[in-house]
Amino acid sequence: MEALLTDYTLRTVALGAAVLGATAGALGTFAVLRGQSLVGDAVSHAALPGVVLAFLVTGGTHPLALVVGAALAGWAGMAAVGAVTRHSRIPFDAALAMALAVFFGIGLMLLVGVQRRPEGAQSGLATFLFGQAAAMLTRDVAVMAGVGALALAALAAFWKELVLLAFDPGAAAALGLPVRRLDLLLTTLVVVAVAIGLQTVGVVLMSALLVAPAAAARQWTDRVGAMTLLAAAVGAGSGVAGTVWSALVPRLPTGPAVVLVATAVVGVSLLVAPGRGLLAGALRARRARATLGGMGTLQDLFTLAEAHPENPHHAHPEAVLRTMTLRPDGVAPDLAALAARGLAERAGDGWRLTADGLRRAREMARVGT
Amino acid sequence: MPPPALEIHDLTVAYRDTPVLWDVDLVVPEGVLMAVVGPNGAGKTTLIKAVLGLVDVAAGQTRVHGKPYAEARRRVAYVPQRGSVDWDFPASVLDVVGMGLYGTLGWFRRPGAAERAAAMDALREVGMDAYADRQIAQLSGGQQQRVFLARALVQGADVFLMDEPFQGVDATTERAIIALLQRLRAGGKTLVVVHHDLQTVPEFFDHVLLLNVRRIAAGPVAEVFTDDNLRRTYGGRVPFAAAREATPVDAAPGEVASVAADGAA
Repeated sequence: MEALLTDYTLRTVALGAAVLGATAGALGTFAVLRGQSLVGDAVSHAALPGVVLAFLVTGGTHPLALVVGAALAGWAGMAAVGAVTRHSRIPFDAALAMALAVFFGIGLMLLVGVQRRPEGAQSGLATFLFGQAAAMLTRDVAVMAGVGALALAALAAFWKELVLLAFDPGAAAALGLPVRRLDLLLTTLVVVAVAIGLQTVGVVLMSALLVAPAAAARQWTDRVGAMTLLAAAVGAGSGVAGTVWSALVPRLPTGPAVVLVATAVVGVSLLVAPGRGLLAGALRARRARATLGGMGTLQDLFTLAEAHPENPHHAHPEAVLRTMTLRPDGVAPDLAALAARGLAERAGDGWRLTADGLRRAREMARVGT
Repeated sequence: MPPPALEIHDLTVAYRDTPVLWDVDLVVPEGVLMAVVGPNGAGKTTLIKAVLGLVDVAAGQTRVHGKPYAEARRRVAYVPQRGSVDWDFPASVLDVVGMGLYGTLGWFRRPGAAERAAAMDALREVGMDAYADRQIAQLSGGQQQRVFLARALVQGADVFLMDEPFQGVDATTERAIIALLQRLRAGGKTLVVVHHDLQTVPEFFDHVLLLNVRRIAAGPVAEVFTDDNLRRTYGGRVPFAAAREATPVDAAPGEVASVAADGAA
């Protein structure tokens, strides 16, 4: 932690990662809300040939050139997906998978070819696969910050239109919004977020930085604005933590480090978030069971009592009740709850309804019919 | 004489090689409450989407108050099927109703106090103002439907195109919705409503379009909603108590296509 304040390189790295995480988190929110979480994966893989070609064309690794190359190739990949889905019967997800594989395959071929050359072997292009934070320079961070800020500004400028597009594209079109162009804008913004993250996080795991912060943020809020801000914060946090971690541990690639941090945040959010979290859900279910107080088992006791009209308080073994329900393990706690409320009582080896329980069950049966 | 509220001429829509709508003509006079009925796959939803320009049209024109939809857009409000969106979307009831104003608000402008007030008024009209701050996933189906109606109301349109607004709502909501639709008609609005419950057509609506890929018949309910027309629409299998004072149903299903040849145009 101390190093974060004093070490210049580390500070640069952390700043870049924060910018990257915030951009990817905010834009990823829209990809996730539109059910297009896999778009980021396709774009990042499709961007690889663009990175290598940019290196070949410019003969260097200037970050802006590589980002532009990555963005153009990623964008071409999405254009291919669009063309395939429009002009054939191939569904969207299959087209995505195809674009991902074809572009990534071309990228790998180019990459291997370049690395055989002496100037290519030292280019550090291989770090684009899994990401390498240590490779980040001040000028990289400057490019990331500039491009990321532009993307976020565009998101803010077209905010309400993009929200409507994500929620109800049919209504957006009926209201006269240029849905096709807005869709293109959103795709472009996702491409930009991916392009600035490639060197740090890597082609293979970049999409996690788009999806995970949004998935975590959704757990904590029911407002799209808050969700976007929170996803940006989670993305920035995961980016910083992951890149610092990988910068401190030799040979630890940044992509996996960032993704592990972000996934941990998702895991915690899934568990403990109020409202949507698993723990909150389990608590609610338990409370509901307690209030319902074993009404299902009360009904079953009533059914048995009806079978003995001459003596409705005849006792029946617990085993019989267990055969009457889909949830046999719930019978014992149900009976305990019913006994506590004075609706059922133990009699010999079995259980029977009390007078109160019989009245209550009759009421419920009446309401039910 | 002013042009009709909605005019459809020779409309044909096809998905791949299958026609979904075939040479449909329709005139909806101003101030009517029209049901669109027909069997599954009859093209009811497609008809509405074609008017709104949401599907590619193979042939034909549609006009709203005598103008193409793009020019008359602000006079039209659309209520899509409730199931067409993800109700787990992170938005409040008020957010969703406010979206109805995004078409007129203009670029770069955020909804402000005036828009919020308009959205609240619309919510009040559908009896949902108490739910303004609820997350939309917490609503029942009928409440979600009313939120969509409020989103249409807030637009201040005078032609409403609604896709199954009664789908999956309880009896109370159904009464509330039909009361609202009839109030709108009384206020001079025109409403075209895709509807699936033949039983309630004469009670709820004053005009009806019977559709099965082709237009079978259209006009005032009293004139058009006859056993004969229903049989032609549904191919002899009229899906409710045999159109009440049922005469024996004798038209073979195969006959429908031939009788349907666009007589009324």
